Amino acid sequence: MRERKSQLLTSFVAITLGITVIVAVRTMSHFSEKAVAQELDNLGANVLILPKGATVSNYYSADFGEYVMPESYVDDITTSGLKGVDNLSPKLTEAVSVSGQRVYLTGILPKNEFKSKPAWQTADGIFARPEGCGTVVPGSLAKALGGNAQGGSSTTASRQTVVQELGGAEAMVGSDVANRFGLKVGSTLPIKGESFTVKSVLPSTGTVDDTRVFAHLHTVQRLFHRDRVVNAVEMIGCCKEISKGLIDGLNRLLPEAKVVTIKQIAQTQLNTNTMMERFSLIFLVIILLVGAVSIANYMLANVYERRKEIGTLLALGATRRRVSHIFFLKSVLLGAVGGLAGYLIGTILAVGLGPRIAGVPVLPLPALAGWAVLLAVAVCVLASALPVFKAARLDPAEILREG
Amino acid sequence: MLRVENVTKTYQRREGAVRALDRVSLEVAEGEFVSIMGPSGCGKSTLLLTVGCLIRPSEGKVWLNGRSVYDLTHEEAAKLRLSTIGFVFQTFNLVPYLTALENVEMPLYLSGLSPTKQRERAEELLQKVGLADRLSHKPSELSVGQQQRVALARTLANEPRLILADEPTGNLDPALADEMLDHLAGLNQQGVTVAVVTHDPRIAGRARRQLRLAAGRIV
Repeated sequence: MRERKSQLLTSFVAITLGITVIVAVRTMSHFSEKAVAQELDNLGANVLILPKGATVSNYYSADFGEYVMPESYVDDITTSGLKGVDNLSPKLTEAVSVSGQRVYLTGILPKNEFKSKPAWQTADGIFARPEGCGTVVPGSLAKALGGNAQGGSSTTASRQTVVQELGGAEAMVGSDVANRFGLKVGSTLPIKGESFTVKSVLPSTGTVDDTRVFAHLHTVQRLFHRDRVVNAVEMIGCCKEISKGLIDGLNRLLPEAKVVTIKQIAQTQLNTNTMMERFSLIFLVIILLVGAVSIANYMLANVYERRKEIGTLLALGATRRRVSHIFFLKSVLLGAVGGLAGYLIGTILAVGLGPRIAGVPVLPLPALAGWAVLLAVAVCVLASALPVFKAARLDPAEILREG
Repeated sequence: MLRVENVTKTYQRREGAVRALDRVSLEVAEGEFVSIMGPSGCGKSTLLLTVGCLIRPSEGKVWLNGRSVYDLTHEEAAKLRLSTIGFVFQTFNLVPYLTALENVEMPLYLSGLSPTKQRERAEELLQKVGLADRLSHKPSELSVGQQQRVALARTLANEPRLILADEPTGNLDPALADEMLDHLAGLNQQGVTVAVVTHDPRIAGRARRQLRLAAGRIV
């Protein structure tokens, strides 16, 4: 049955508006959640893997004594398939004497270390965030790459540079150490009879890192005859997976190690993500309910208005199933076209207004198109179920007698 | 063709039970032209709709071509209406926002004909009732007589063997009423069984057999 054009337009606008709002909100919240997640990443590592007997105090005081564990734990975690492991930073920290003063020498794998120390992005040297982890700082990157950045992506090139350039005789020094010993880039630092060239001076972080000297992990292992061992692995775990069993998985995988969650950080990340997800969900449910009620109302009115036509159809020989199909087909078409139109308008709105409202750049999410259409069709069909049932159950004789 | 056997129909109303049909029995042979007369409220329309598989009787049976229609499922009864019965309504019951052609296509669509065949058949029927030049007109753009002819074309779309007409001339002036009756008589001459419900003796007189209904009973 053909629809009255004005009514069709009204219901089309209703479903399109609903989907428009949903798509716009979802698109903006996707990018804003991503931005928030990135900000939360900046809080640093949220899981520590320590040797069995070590404590968190050992970690914060950088004094592990004899506590070590195999470096191969990093490979074990990487190849385990555990979900939610975002970054691993193995470390070996030893106390050394420099010009008669005690400092801590920490061996790191620079490309891993970088990600867990976002504050170091501004270091006057060789760091850039690894691929898929936010933005590259153009100034420092250009400086770091010099003339060697040709070929490959800039991030890949910088990561290679990190590994290659922090050579066996190079070190990075925390701001306190640099001040105490009057070190700057290019200075020489004698440690355990070997001479290290200062590759960069790290900006002040207000943590124990300021009092450390960082060298390549394998150099520190060699210097202290600690072959292939570390005394801490810092990990950034995705906060959702932390609550879904990542820690249990790590405990099972590494029974000889101690897995410690830095609860405050993990909990903040988890709480923020959960809050945003719940907020989005509540918002979407309300919009969907309003849309569904509006469509149900429209369909009920439509069925009532078309009683005579339905009665005529039934008298002519239409089955109840056929009457239901006609109305459901209308719902499906309405949902499909409304969903698609809603997706297009919602995406345009999100891309146009997102940067102003959410303060983040917003791009179209093509995967939402399918969801938008499916959702719109589902809402239309569900909202139409009762009116369609009523239509199919109308008594044609009663309608025909009404004249 | 049609046998009504001891049919009683009682409606439950707020004021109490109302008996619209009271043990009605009648037989209509194939090719008959029957009129059912009686005052308003005597149960004429109820009888017609009961015969048309639209009102389930409280008691009794209705047989059409040897089948007890109220022992059929809803689907089977709908199929029987679609293939065998044609209704002519007093108010035509045309869909106001469909064209004359589309209105006639409705039963053909329900029969599952292809859109091309629906169109061809509907054009042919409208041509037969003299509306070949009004195919794309909506009911509101047609005169009352033309609307009645569109309704007739729609009734005939699936070549029914039984036509049930409820006050078919009730909204027509005498000339148009005669035209309508001529159409029905013509169909009857082609072998179609026609049952007309009316309170107008002049209309009833055109039928070969006249029945009278009073207080739900054939008298």
